[in-house]
Amino acid sequence: MLRITGGKVYDPAHGINGEIKDICISDGRIVADVQGGKTIDATGMVVFPGGVDIHTHVAGGALNFARGLTPENQRQAARFVHSAKQRAGLGGPTPTTFATGYLYAGMGYTTVMEAAVPVLSAKHTHEELRDTPIVDKACFLLMANNELVLDLIESGDEERAKHVVAWLIWAAKTYGVKAVNPGGVAAWKWGKDAKTLSAPVEGYRKVTPARIIAGLAKIVDDLGLPHPLHLHCNNLGAPGNVATTIETMKVLEGHRAHLAHLQFHAYGGDDWHSMRSEAVQLADYFNTQTNLTTDAGAILFGNAVTITADGPWQHLLYQLTGHKWGNLDVENETGCGIVPYTYKGSNLVNAVQWAVGLELLLLIKDPWKVFLTTDHPNGACFWRYPEIVHLLMNADYRKECVKKLPEKALKRISLADLDRQYSLYEIAIITSAGPARALGLSQKGHLGVGADADVTIYNENPDGLMMFRYPRYVLKEGEIVVEEGEIRQAFDGHEFVVHPTFDEKIEDYLRPLFQQCYTMSFDNYPVEVERVHGMQVRALQK
Amino acid sequence: MTVLTLKEQPVVPLEAESLCPDTIDGKSEADVRALPLFHGKRQCRLDDFFTVDGTGSGDLELRGDLAKVKWVGRGTTKGRITVRGNVGMHLGAHMKGGAIEVHGNASDWVGAEMTGGLIHIHGNTGGQVGAAYRGSMSGMNNGTILIEGSAGLEVGMRMKRGIIAVRGLARDFAGLQMKGGTLILMSGAEIRAGAWMTRGTIVSLAPLRMLPTFIHACEYFPSFLRIYAKHLQPLGFSIPFDGQTGSYQRYAGDTSVPGKGEILVWKPAGPK
Repeated sequence: MLRITGGKVYDPAHGINGEIKDICISDGRIVADVQGGKTIDATGMVVFPGGVDIHTHVAGGALNFARGLTPENQRQAARFVHSAKQRAGLGGPTPTTFATGYLYAGMGYTTVMEAAVPVLSAKHTHEELRDTPIVDKACFLLMANNELVLDLIESGDEERAKHVVAWLIWAAKTYGVKAVNPGGVAAWKWGKDAKTLSAPVEGYRKVTPARIIAGLAKIVDDLGLPHPLHLHCNNLGAPGNVATTIETMKVLEGHRAHLAHLQFHAYGGDDWHSMRSEAVQLADYFNTQTNLTTDAGAILFGNAVTITADGPWQHLLYQLTGHKWGNLDVENETGCGIVPYTYKGSNLVNAVQWAVGLELLLLIKDPWKVFLTTDHPNGACFWRYPEIVHLLMNADYRKECVKKLPEKALKRISLADLDRQYSLYEIAIITSAGPARALGLSQKGHLGVGADADVTIYNENPDGLMMFRYPRYVLKEGEIVVEEGEIRQAFDGHEFVVHPTFDEKIEDYLRPLFQQCYTMSFDNYPVEVERVHGMQVRALQK
Repeated sequence: MTVLTLKEQPVVPLEAESLCPDTIDGKSEADVRALPLFHGKRQCRLDDFFTVDGTGSGDLELRGDLAKVKWVGRGTTKGRITVRGNVGMHLGAHMKGGAIEVHGNASDWVGAEMTGGLIHIHGNTGGQVGAAYRGSMSGMNNGTILIEGSAGLEVGMRMKRGIIAVRGLARDFAGLQMKGGTLILMSGAEIRAGAWMTRGTIVSLAPLRMLPTFIHACEYFPSFLRIYAKHLQPLGFSIPFDGQTGSYQRYAGDTSVPGKGEILVWKPAGPK
């Protein structure tokens, strides 16, 4: 039993905005009251629900490939030395598994969503998540280029497609459906891309990106998954892609969806020389939509590693930068590209990208619809989130940063004109309450009775960077896991999965296809239940 | 000057980043004795392996066969290290300034990713001199490395700036993926010199077996070599800079990348 007393509580899910009140914890849950037990005196401190990262890349085959591709980053990374309380590891842009858990918890985050998992490497992903301590986890399953699903969309057999998707979600032990560059990764197997939503995907006659998006969004809604379709739109990173993004939102009308890393999809211009921010146009349109949420995918200047299933984009990035390039083909399911990248403030394109991420966070009016992410490690490392929080909370500091950008960039962005400053209440929404609600995680992101006792306590400090970088206490399930930046204990978190309903006979349809097309046998394909550590099956929506 | 003498050969390599003028400078003898070294994964004290004489100055002299002592002078920015004996891998890696002189042989990765300073090896070296570590995009970014003996594989691999001069024979892949800088091979090199080089200059005073992806451009006497010759002369390395005694065959490449590097091969003037 534990009582946190005297702290200024920010619990947006219950409309509590800086009210001084006690938070009581028993058996890992928030309760109305406790008698006795330990007390944390949080006087002069700020109490938040534990952070929830709705979109990150922290485990699995692609990330491991990136770790191997960038030994130069490992050499410069923060070192976690083995001790009685923590395992050895490395930080940097692609932290090792144990370090990932320590870094997230050290920043006050207690739930993270691995945003891109193919079924074929799901076992690997779950093994790595098992070794990612403290935080609770879940995965999104890559689906928009899965040829089993695309073939069914081609033949118009939507009902069977729904059962296949449901079966695959459970086979991979995942929580939601991710669509990456719908049709584009399948086309990449022929060296092509899918740049137009209405054009047939290479290798198909009827399948278009628009049909994939609408079809998957409907399937996700029909299955009642707690999190809507998690969509990485077509034409990521390309100048002028705002038109595709808005067109995608129109395709999604009538369905729920979450648009991932919107910063990478909000550019105007015709080429790299004329590229500009279209955050105003995009935010204006987004503000009118009630069915959508998004995350920023903001970038920060410095080293990053771009990792995405969007193979054609990664090949283009490799050609643009001349940097290293890794490419994976994941049989019939998806692909993957990796290019290390350094965002530079002196680079015009990078300067615009930096501004776009912040502009979207400032221009989208409802904080319940836009969440803080960097698409880690694509835009910046997750452990740099406090830098973005500081930029959002301090307009003067932000404007000083804008002044350092290349003069050409200033004509292409609107960040200098934005005076909005986030309050602590709004920060609590975009880092915790909002993503938890969008994920359908009813026990996360709030401090109401019955919630998981994941609590972050900060020393109140006008310097947002210091405040959010070094929480005073981080509690996971009511246990103090971090105190003044030091790991106190590191137990395993849970993994959330869903078990959507499907026709058991769908295996009769899938088995012969597998035996014909896959390099592994059908019986070895699904992830075994015992492989998922601390598995919690979450309820579907009615 | 601080003199450190190796007491006994370590069983496994000793990781000795603290053997560096920046670390020693201004420290008392007791502090120097207590500096950390890693014997394998076990942390130990400097005086577990070295006797210590004289302290106070940043200059450092190391005595004994240090072939199993790695990372000597890592990240050095100032002062002088003199090694009287052999020395292990990663000598002067990430060095930024100062000087290191070795009166013996050095192992692999001498001056890897260094950005300044001078390293002078009077014996032979292993491979990857001035190179990029695996995964890094570029190797040495400035400074000078002089090798009186022979050198191993991949000398100057991905180097970007600076000079490496090798008096003896260099082994395969000298100047591999060079991005800039100058590699001077006084006795030539074995096969595949300049493979995948995109920029930079390799000067060889002995005939080279050229890769077929290098194109013979011309025979001339580049005037910029006079500047290099003047720079290297006081360091004990003489390269021809008089057009009367011969000329250089210029090969451009590596066209397989495609690159804009050059290999200059010295051709002495024939009898008149």
